[in-house]
Amino acid sequence: MLETNLLWLIPGLPLLGAVLSGLLGKPLQRRFGKKAISAVSVLLPWASFGVAAWCFIQLPEGGSLHDRLWTWIAIGPLEVDLAFAMDPLSAMMALAVSLVGSLIHVYSIGYMADDEGYWRYFSFLNLFMFSMLLLVLGDNLLLMFVGWEGVGLCSYLLIGFWYRDLVNARAGMKAFVVNRIGDFGFLVGLLLLFWSLGGEWMDGAYRVNGGAFSLNFRDLPDLVAAAADKQLWGVPVLTLAGIFLFIGACGKSAQIPLYVWLPDAMAGPTPVSALIHAATMVTAGVYMVARMNFLYVHSPTAMTVVALVGAVTALFAATIGVFQYDIKKVLAYSTVSQLGYMFIGVGVGAFWAGSYHLLTHAFFKACLFLCAGSVIMAMHHEQDMRKMGGLGKTMPITRWTYWYACVAISGFPIASGFFSKDEILFQAYNAGSLMVPGWIIWLLGFVAAGLTAFYMWRSYFMTFTGPAVSVGGHEPQEQRPVITVVLGALAVGAFAMSFIGIPALWLDSPPQLEHFLAPVFSAAEGLERVFAPGAGHGVEWGLMGASIGIALLGLAFAWWLYRGRKSELPARLMAAMPRAHKLVYNKYYVDEIYDTTAVRGFLGLSRLSGWFDSKVIDGLVNLCGAAARGFAWIDGAIDRYAVDGAVNGLAWLVTRAGGKLRRVQTGRLTTYLAGLVAGVLIFVILTRFLLDVYA
Amino acid sequence: MIHVGLQHFLVVAALLFCLGLTCVLVRRNAVAILIGIELILNAAGLNLIAFARFGGDLLSGTVFVVFLIVLAAAEAVVGLALIIAVHRRLRDIDLERSDELRG
Amino acid sequence: MEFQTTSWLLTCLIFAPMAAMVLIGLLAALGPLLKLPRPAVDHGSRVLALLGAAVTLVLTAIVWLGFDSSMPRLAEMQGYPHLQFVQHAVWIQAFNIEYFVGVDGLSITMVMLTALISFIAVLASLPWGIPKDDHKHFSRRGVPGYMALIMLLESAMLGVFCSMDFFLFYVFWELMLLPMYFLIGIWGGPRREYAAIKFFLYTLAGSVLMLLAMIGLYYASDETRLIDGSYAAHTFDMVKLAVENDFSSMALVSPKLVWLGLFIAFAIKIPMFPFHTWLPDAHVEAPTPISVILAGILLKMGTYGILRVNYTILPDETIWARYGIAVFGVINIVYAAFVCMAQRDLKKLIAYSSVSHMGFVLLGMAALTDPGINGAVYQMWNHGIISPALFLIAGVIYDRAHHRRIDGFGGLARTVPEYTGLVGLAFMASLGLPGLNGFISEALCFIGAFSVFTVLTIVAASGVIITAAYYLWTMQRMFLGPLNEQYKDLTDVNWRERLTLYPLMALMIVLGFYPMPILDLMKDSLHELVAPLARAAGM
Repeated sequence: MLETNLLWLIPGLPLLGAVLSGLLGKPLQRRFGKKAISAVSVLLPWASFGVAAWCFIQLPEGGSLHDRLWTWIAIGPLEVDLAFAMDPLSAMMALAVSLVGSLIHVYSIGYMADDEGYWRYFSFLNLFMFSMLLLVLGDNLLLMFVGWEGVGLCSYLLIGFWYRDLVNARAGMKAFVVNRIGDFGFLVGLLLLFWSLGGEWMDGAYRVNGGAFSLNFRDLPDLVAAAADKQLWGVPVLTLAGIFLFIGACGKSAQIPLYVWLPDAMAGPTPVSALIHAATMVTAGVYMVARMNFLYVHSPTAMTVVALVGAVTALFAATIGVFQYDIKKVLAYSTVSQLGYMFIGVGVGAFWAGSYHLLTHAFFKACLFLCAGSVIMAMHHEQDMRKMGGLGKTMPITRWTYWYACVAISGFPIASGFFSKDEILFQAYNAGSLMVPGWIIWLLGFVAAGLTAFYMWRSYFMTFTGPAVSVGGHEPQEQRPVITVVLGALAVGAFAMSFIGIPALWLDSPPQLEHFLAPVFSAAEGLERVFAPGAGHGVEWGLMGASIGIALLGLAFAWWLYRGRKSELPARLMAAMPRAHKLVYNKYYVDEIYDTTAVRGFLGLSRLSGWFDSKVIDGLVNLCGAAARGFAWIDGAIDRYAVDGAVNGLAWLVTRAGGKLRRVQTGRLTTYLAGLVAGVLIFVILTRFLLDVYA
Repeated sequence: MIHVGLQHFLVVAALLFCLGLTCVLVRRNAVAILIGIELILNAAGLNLIAFARFGGDLLSGTVFVVFLIVLAAAEAVVGLALIIAVHRRLRDIDLERSDELRG
Repeated sequence: MEFQTTSWLLTCLIFAPMAAMVLIGLLAALGPLLKLPRPAVDHGSRVLALLGAAVTLVLTAIVWLGFDSSMPRLAEMQGYPHLQFVQHAVWIQAFNIEYFVGVDGLSITMVMLTALISFIAVLASLPWGIPKDDHKHFSRRGVPGYMALIMLLESAMLGVFCSMDFFLFYVFWELMLLPMYFLIGIWGGPRREYAAIKFFLYTLAGSVLMLLAMIGLYYASDETRLIDGSYAAHTFDMVKLAVENDFSSMALVSPKLVWLGLFIAFAIKIPMFPFHTWLPDAHVEAPTPISVILAGILLKMGTYGILRVNYTILPDETIWARYGIAVFGVINIVYAAFVCMAQRDLKKLIAYSSVSHMGFVLLGMAALTDPGINGAVYQMWNHGIISPALFLIAGVIYDRAHHRRIDGFGGLARTVPEYTGLVGLAFMASLGLPGLNGFISEALCFIGAFSVFTVLTIVAASGVIITAAYYLWTMQRMFLGPLNEQYKDLTDVNWRERLTLYPLMALMIVLGFYPMPILDLMKDSLHELVAPLARAAGM
């Protein structure tokens, strides 16, 4: 481990760009024009790439660089620094992110040239670069989580960049909320992991048993190994942690069941789709699983979950991609599918293969998206492939770069995608440590590979071949150099990446990237394989041939159906199977199902809570108030009518009695005398009577 | 010959008292009422002297009666004076009409 | 009175706003005599209040700089762990009541928060930027009275956080109620009287319980000596109640009952489910600066009281009740978040989000772990930064549009971009976006609680999803989508609003990446507070 004080610059420079163009962008743009913004926000990511490359050169063989800024949180057992670390894996990621990111910044100069929110766009894009690099270079899980949610925020901001259209705003919100579901999983996984390191749940209570707590990546492998046999709720705690972390990865990397946000995320500007929703951010989940490889190797269950989800997603998304007409939607589903491949790779224990596919995919998928962006611009923001055609003649650079990226993604051995995908498929077949046989995973990925080839070539043929269309009365034009240069650079990258992953089968030495990443993935060496290292060459050759074969099949099928847009076959096929077509075309109605169950249920629950709060709880409070007032009224009534009434009643009685008795006072002497006599008589009688009684 | 005893006196006095009382209660004429009062007083006097003669100290009984007679005279004087005053004011001595003090 | 004192600072700090109140009162009384025009008196009282709050802020800064979090100065000398800036004298000899103020790591963070938020509230009470013809605006009605009450409120709040004598604490606690009642009841919105009375009665009901519990504790306490050396049969001294007395076998009532009485008194203030319904009404009716104080400081009184009184004086009962506290904390978090989704009034939504966020404090403190309690107190501090910002934000839009219906807006991002950015930042901080301060405290609460209440914490963590959903939905309904033409001429934030909002926003970002200055202040004191409980609970 080597201390350095440069690493912080890698995320720091884009952050500076984000702050500058965020705070000063508007006046700058007004006074100096968009060039001022470009100068700041495009150059800084390149500077960041430069620093990353410099650090990469300094990276010691098999070691890592470390850069600590300050203590971030230090409370009790939790000690987390604001620190960055670069090991081979994060070096690879940082280089890829900063290079592809910088290229896409350049492309954006052309793509966003007419947008009044230019400064805002670049501020968000810089902020994304910062977050992504933070995610990649963060020294501990918590800091990684900062980047993790930061990229989610930027994704939200950029999907909803054209916020005046409510559809975009909704798509952004969907992305953020679905990502948050994943983040919830990530957080729980993080907590499980943290507490299982230094203690244990026994008999329903947690006990610290002298272990060390840490979230730092360099301490974790040893600590995790020590926690391998701890359990919670009867399940190994590492399995739980691995699965919860993978839920996070599902959210970020758009796997079943949380993939639904990614196709909608295409509402954002196309360079954003290329950078965030294809090349970098969505691969964060794969990066995380690869980074946590030391955790997953201890849990076959978690690895099986990862591999199976990846494989099923790869196939599932590929089938949807086959029937889409929106060029960006095709690419979006293709991204979901390719991410599935990466998860197969990391899930079967071939962490380097997954990472390699991540790297190659970053180039060819960014290239595909940017070509699509170029086409969309040429078509005046028309994205429906049915309305395109024959663009190959007028847009040669776009056409050939797209063609090459298609070659790469469908897995022909002249581009990088072949090497990475093939390694993944072979390793899936080779996996012996899963709960399911490796060939099941392989089969799912294999079928998906054929579909991939088919739908990618379908999109190529639909867009670039056939009779030329005209838009607004003239032919679509090739884009400015600022765009085409980027396309070319990415295509070259997609080619160049081949050389670091040429399999041992072809050469005598293991792939360069595998060797380079080996120190990070040392934990995976102990995993059980079907074939011992160096054995199984025949099978590997066979699988490779099968892959090329099915890719050719997909290409041929697409050629047959869509080449030159002449064939009537697709329409007839659709007519033949209307129901199946409708089901797949509508993406298996997953969005609708989620909408009617989860979303409606959620909103219903919230309305119920709101009603409960205002009517029941507050009702009870007000009832208490009303009861108190009622009681006070009764009390007042008693006071007014009973107590006061008694007093007033007596006075009334006296008055009335006086009125009546007044009559007795006749003023006549005789009456008085009669009274006198009567009185005496009564007195006498009474006296006699009483005397008798008392005597 | 009938022996005249205390009882006889008492009966006579009671009769006298009753006559007086009736006179007081029944008559409207103020003078008649005054006469009735005299009768009552004298009934009381008769009782007193009878008790004195038959049972007790004759001297003190006699003294009481003498007082009583004087008192009756004085009372008659005051009563008559009142009656005359009333008559002067109301031109009448019918006590039923002199009810100005009624409540 | 004879003072045993290490510093007069705290007394000055507590009574500085009260002095400003007296001066405002004098001004208001002498104004007519000196034939000062009403605007002059109004203006003078504004300046005096601002001065009072500023002086308090400066004094707080001095206390902060002088506070030594690593080496408790008085610990050995007087047996008062971590208390600093102590001033101690006999106040009412007959009842053994003392004037005893001091700060430890828990208090000082709250004192800092109080001084800061009060200053911002006074700034937000200025009529600067309010249209001249808006005479009914709260900042133009009865200004001397308003300012004087705010100053009184600030004194009382500072007093609560500094008092170490239970009776003194109670006096300040009650003193706080009165200005709040009038501030809501006179300067509030249309249903202000209902809200003010609800607030007053609710809190008063709690105060009665607290009074009873306090007297119960007093009579159960052992004999001791007052600060001047005289004999005392019982004591109100909270430190002595905590350190020297054991209430596990109280004669008159069960200590659990006393604990519950105190807890309910404080829970009403937090407010904890199901005692929370006064809060939305009070917030909706209160003028903006009062909402700021209410959410920023008053709510913290509840949790502060639980930590200061329940945790130290009745530790066994606290251990007994900790599952209950955690369960109610989780209910607060999740339930209030769901209720937020259903709100149509912006201020009501923010009020319910306060309820939700105070749930984290309960969950964190119930765990009795270091990360948990630090997370809880840091969450108090952060919520004290974020929720005032949110209420200021609600005030900005209400001053302009004269309503707060979320559905009544739309697409405002186009007309008021700066405001939108501020709202976005505050919302993000509130929903616990990592990198902003809210995240640190929420994460600490989760980390702290997870080992003790594993399932509960997982349930609570799902609250982050709901929180994101309601904030983003609000964002979408108010600021995104097509512009509501009615508001196409809306003006962006003015300088008064910038002055109040930007410091808070800056704190949100800085304390997200560099939280240790605050955490360092309190972590030793909180460790002292929670370690005995954790030991007793067998953790």
